[in-house]
Amino acid sequence: MKAKVIVRFKDGILDPQGQTIQRSLNKMGHPEITNLRQGKYFEIELAGINDKEVARCLIEEISRDVLCNPIIEAFQIEDIS
Amino acid sequence: MKFAVVVFPGSNCDHDTLYVLRHVFNQEACYVWHQDRDLQNADAIIIPGGFAHGDYLRCGAIAKFSPILENIKEHATQGKLVLGICNGFQILQEAGLLPGVMLRNSELKFICRHIYVKTENEETPFTTFCDPGKVLKIPIAHNEGNFSISTKGLEQLENNRQILFRYCDESGDITTAGNPNGSVSNIAGIMNRRGNVMGLMPHPERASESLIGSEDGRKIFESMINWNGAKN
Repeated sequence: MKAKVIVRFKDGILDPQGQTIQRSLNKMGHPEITNLRQGKYFEIELAGINDKEVARCLIEEISRDVLCNPIIEAFQIEDIS
Repeated sequence: MKFAVVVFPGSNCDHDTLYVLRHVFNQEACYVWHQDRDLQNADAIIIPGGFAHGDYLRCGAIAKFSPILENIKEHATQGKLVLGICNGFQILQEAGLLPGVMLRNSELKFICRHIYVKTENEETPFTTFCDPGKVLKIPIAHNEGNFSISTKGLEQLENNRQILFRYCDESGDITTAGNPNGSVSNIAGIMNRRGNVMGLMPHPERASESLIGSEDGRKIFESMINWNGAKN
């Protein structure tokens, strides 16, 4: 089974990298880009688990405890299949 | 006094720290490997700077799962001293021993230079030798030192006098110009509520001999040694 997880900064958390990318894009002639936030994307392969709900619980657990720092980041499970 | 310096794969200030403890302060000091579960009866633990586990995922995110962290938490629970310097500070935050989180420096650059900090609370095991209001010149060397915390968390730090050092200019004024990395409230060093665990972004081990530009970092080690001596 495969899972896809996105980790991103929570709203209101300063994202200096995203801001820098946005400023660069603005300078490159894209004034229409008014906000840009950078996050992380994980592809995770699971072996020996066939139940999608069991997989979801496991992915939620590792996303919460390892992949993101809940003080500043939120995670989103994009897909489990 | 006996110090244990924790070594992770990627630690790179462990040798400097051990050298300063042994040869500048004549204290007993040993390394402890992150996979071991023995702090060798040390009075104080120092988690040194560097890039534990390559800073992969987030600074300190992998290190917090190293077996030695359980022993460090137990050591802290007993009221003994723990000092995390730079990456060590980030590890203590990830492990939940200190509040807040380090974001990337506001200018997105790794900064390695001497900065100035002002002591905000001299009544702690880490700062008794720091003169009130006196500015210390100590180097920083980090990419993620932009201290961030919730408004409520900041209030608690202020109310409990947990902020020990703030970035300042040479004359001791807490200004934006004196803040190298964008840290909220110019925070450079904090302690836990109990007052026995400190995190510090500047490197006192790189400012303990006049030969390398400053001796101001000595105050922190001297405070810890004095506190330990007074306790026993």
